[in-house]
Amino acid sequence: MSHYEAPIREPLILGDKSYHDITEDIAKPIEGKANKNWYMAFYISLAAMLWGFGCIFYTVGTGIGVWGLNKNIGWAWDITNFVWWVGIGHAGTLISAVLLLFRQKWRMAINRSAEAMTIFAVFQAGLFPIIHMGRPWNAFWVLPIPNQFGSLWVNFNSPLLWDVFAISTYLSVSLVFWWTGLLPDFAMIRDRAVKPFQKKIYSLLSFGWSGRAKDWQRFEEVSLVLAGLATPLVLSVHTIVSMDFATSINPGWHSTIFPPYFVAGAIFSGFAMVQTLLGIMRKVTNMEEYITRLHVEYMNIVIILTGGIVAVAYATEFFIAWYTGSPYEYYTYLSVGAATGPYAWAFYSLLLFNIAIPQLLWFKKIRRSFIASFIISIAINIGMWFERFDIIAIVLSKGHLPSTWWRFEPTFVDVGIFIGTIGFFFVLFLLYARTFPVIAQAEVKTILKSSGEFYKKRSEQGIPTKPAIVVLDVEKRSDKSDKNDTE
Amino acid sequence: MGSSKVIHAFYNDDEVLLDAVKTVKAAHHHIEEVFCPFPVHGLDKAMGLAPTRIAITAFMYGITGLSVAIWMTNYMMIQDWPQDIGGKPSFSWFENMPAFVPIMFELTVFFAAHLMVITFYMRSKIWPFRKAENPDPRTTDDHFLMEIPVHNNEEELTALLAKTGAVEINVVEKH
Repeated sequence: MSHYEAPIREPLILGDKSYHDITEDIAKPIEGKANKNWYMAFYISLAAMLWGFGCIFYTVGTGIGVWGLNKNIGWAWDITNFVWWVGIGHAGTLISAVLLLFRQKWRMAINRSAEAMTIFAVFQAGLFPIIHMGRPWNAFWVLPIPNQFGSLWVNFNSPLLWDVFAISTYLSVSLVFWWTGLLPDFAMIRDRAVKPFQKKIYSLLSFGWSGRAKDWQRFEEVSLVLAGLATPLVLSVHTIVSMDFATSINPGWHSTIFPPYFVAGAIFSGFAMVQTLLGIMRKVTNMEEYITRLHVEYMNIVIILTGGIVAVAYATEFFIAWYTGSPYEYYTYLSVGAATGPYAWAFYSLLLFNIAIPQLLWFKKIRRSFIASFIISIAINIGMWFERFDIIAIVLSKGHLPSTWWRFEPTFVDVGIFIGTIGFFFVLFLLYARTFPVIAQAEVKTILKSSGEFYKKRSEQGIPTKPAIVVLDVEKRSDKSDKNDTE
Repeated sequence: MGSSKVIHAFYNDDEVLLDAVKTVKAAHHHIEEVFCPFPVHGLDKAMGLAPTRIAITAFMYGITGLSVAIWMTNYMMIQDWPQDIGGKPSFSWFENMPAFVPIMFELTVFFAAHLMVITFYMRSKIWPFRKAENPDPRTTDDHFLMEIPVHNNEEELTALLAKTGAVEINVVEKH
């Protein structure tokens, strides 16, 4: 077995680590006690979440009229949030699936948390269409099940129904992918748990994972096939979300570049959210030696690439609006009344946050700086929210009939539900960071010898990664027995 | 009662383990099981394990999902309750097929992914409330455990394993 990696590649695991050190480092946040900062963050998130739930109950109890929607603008803040949250989810699958297919070792330190982020973000996204139904208890009507209304079925021609299938497949497949990867790590926590209750819980969560050679063989095959399935899946999800708009006849929505443009935007915003979360998490859980400057730089490179695609897509839209000569398109993009009209502030913040600020990442110093990456990632999160708001609210506010033109003003309920989902997201993420192994330790152990700083330095000096064999004195073994046998 | 006895040889390095497995195989001993904290590349080949066929099942499940999607869209949109939506009547499945591509794709992935994972869990016997069977807690941390059945050759096996770099060798009764 070769553990060789070119010395020009920077190490992915810093410090003088053994396999056991990795176990210790990753188990520490779970076995230790939460500090004050964790509790503070948790209570703030919880308060935001409860406020959001209050707004949801108010909406459901009173009706959608409590939102800022009107007869023209039937989608605004809610669907913006939906698209924003789904987009954020995309980075997790990209990291765990696409980077697995490309054999990128740096994914191993961040895939667990990125996938957790995906799942929690898709939870938030799923809330919005359901609340928007107004009668969420009828949400099951979107399923193709026999019903008492005659043999009336769901409409498979509708992109909204495609969304139901895409998002539920995406959520459930991501969850299964994540959990399968978690089994060996839960087993690790289980086997070192001291408290009986903790042992019981992790025993249950690990599904009795024993780590047989055959299990690992299947595990690797399953991971590879799941990655192969999840890669087109993740591209399909935002493609289908973009079709919610692109298959309509509204100028500004009816655009063939929407699918690739939305997918690139999704990955762009998703990586920004991964940067935001990991920027905090690596400090709080002491994972600085696993989530390194190099990881941050690699993620920033993906951000600048996808951000570039998004910028080109914006330019293309404006160019096509002029080039086609369609008066509707022309009006939506190029007239004084539209993008630069009453929502000019949203449009200019989009340009600033999504196009201008990410260009700073061309500088290596900024790309490798934790604090600069964190600030830029927050800017992108905001910018990508405005992108969806621009697409949805500006287009709807200026329809084909000028007499119907209206503006959208969010109410406190719109804002409250959005804040609530941010709170809910962070509640889930904070609980996750305290109870789940935040780094895929079994996978990280496989790259320790090839990409660990300690082993890389040694192999540069010509020391083999395989230790010298010490022949065991067999006479002394008789008084020992397996640890589990003493139970 | 030699047959119910097994030797548990512990290793603390993946490369040493892999060489040890090769040595034991070369000496024509049967390796019952190897428990690992992380996947060791080439271990399945060295142990002589057959390649897994789980990817093939995923393909078959995917085909099943695709068929379900085709049947479902045809039955619901064309046969049972055909509607004229947006001037696009539902006369035949093939004419309306482009609109069903997303559903066909999603159900293919849904069936392939979930049924493959369920197959994996069933075949490897992992599910909620199942008790773990790794003989030593260190095998999920940093130790590898090779289990070899003893057939009145305890001394010979122990000597062989000691030479391969095992850090601990125990002879235990298998329950």
